[in-house]
Amino acid sequence: MKFLTGGILLLLSFINTEAQQKLFTKTGIAVFFSKAPIENIEAKNNKLFSVWDVSSGQIEFSILMKGFAFDKALMQEHFNENYVESDKYPKAFFKGVMENPKNISLDKDGTYLVKVIGMLTLHGITRQITVPAKIEVKNKIISASTTFTLQLAEYKIKIPRIVSDNISKSILINILVPSFQPLTPH
Amino acid sequence: MKKIISSVLYSLVFLSASAQEVLLKSLDDSIPETVKITGAFKSTRVINAHSVEMLAKHNLDFRIMHRFGFISDGIKQLYGLDAASFRMSFDYGITDNFTLGIGRSTFRKELDLFVKGRVLQQSTGQKNIPVSIVAAAGTMVWTEQSFAAIKPDFSDRSAYYFQLLLGRKFSNRFSFQLSPIVVHSNMPVNVTEDKTIFALGGGGRFKISKRTAITFDYHHPFGKLDSIYTSPLSIGFDIETGGHVFQLQFSNATGMNERAYITQTTGKFFNGDIRFGFNLSRIFKVGKHR
Repeated sequence: MKFLTGGILLLLSFINTEAQQKLFTKTGIAVFFSKAPIENIEAKNNKLFSVWDVSSGQIEFSILMKGFAFDKALMQEHFNENYVESDKYPKAFFKGVMENPKNISLDKDGTYLVKVIGMLTLHGITRQITVPAKIEVKNKIISASTTFTLQLAEYKIKIPRIVSDNISKSILINILVPSFQPLTPH
Repeated sequence: MKKIISSVLYSLVFLSASAQEVLLKSLDDSIPETVKITGAFKSTRVINAHSVEMLAKHNLDFRIMHRFGFISDGIKQLYGLDAASFRMSFDYGITDNFTLGIGRSTFRKELDLFVKGRVLQQSTGQKNIPVSIVAAAGTMVWTEQSFAAIKPDFSDRSAYYFQLLLGRKFSNRFSFQLSPIVVHSNMPVNVTEDKTIFALGGGGRFKISKRTAITFDYHHPFGKLDSIYTSPLSIGFDIETGGHVFQLQFSNATGMNERAYITQTTGKFFNGDIRFGFNLSRIFKVGKHR
């Protein structure tokens, strides 16, 4: 019995050391596109935060909505004031987990296509999403990217009929983390 | 035993999960962002007066302002709609904090020019600034033909103003600003009037939906003005649709520049001397991309 407990404890401590392998970024890039008959809208935010626990596959993202920069200042104001209501809901979050995290080896060059399932919180609404992601290791630089589509109605972001030809109901989102850094606990 | 092991396992999994949440949180909090407060008003003018809002860099605001006759004139004048006074202006954001504007009004064929600069912008976070401070200065000149025996020269027809705007967006719905102003007319309409008039004013906005708001704008002039002149009070309704802002209002003032509305408003608002009017603002992006 003691042997078993000791073995489990040893195993657990092993898991625990492995769990130390966490990566983070504060300079991820999020871009979204709206393609509509009258105009295309694009906005970019290059302060996407993320923490990735490599062994468990758990990954989280957080972004300040006011950090999205638009080409037209008025669009940016309307985005914050009328659509995502940044004062009320300042951030968007994602908490998810990768399928088969053990298949990923960050020690050598390689490209992995993984499925990430998790909860996305936007405009105060939390919904489950599944996105395909690409993880690339090249010359010890670990990068990740994904592209997916969101339906604005699912997050209770309403597009008034008067601008329905200006703003698409489905928004294409690109996420890119150019380089993950190891997270050292402080 | 199994129970103990599984509970230990659960608690460890739980611990590592919560540790991670804390990590993302600490990462989140490590950069205390300064968030600028935007959209205190829908437009760069509350109704008549400048607001603490600025045009963004390279944005051109084409404004058409109309003021009609008194509603109390009745059906014969179609409740004032037969008499229209008009001002057209082009305002341009040279930077996010500096705007240049030019306008012309039908009333006395007045041409006006202004500069407006933001000194401080309300923000929260690392830098907590409770108010926005904006200064505006302008000049205007009557260009209508004079039939007076001695024709007034350019200087006689000119006036200047300096205005300070102190505004705060108190909540998503409510914004308020104080707008003290000094107007100097080189030759007032009536010789007994003070050349320099100081006025204390205020303006506010109450949002009733995401795209509509109720606004008001009031100035109280101090100094000697002819007794026919009153304090300009306007109550408006803002409607925003994409690149346009429509401002509908009821006001006792006809003038749409600072000299005209501060020193030459004649209607008594509470005696029913109310005019209908509207401002239409269309913003164009001019120049290079950001």
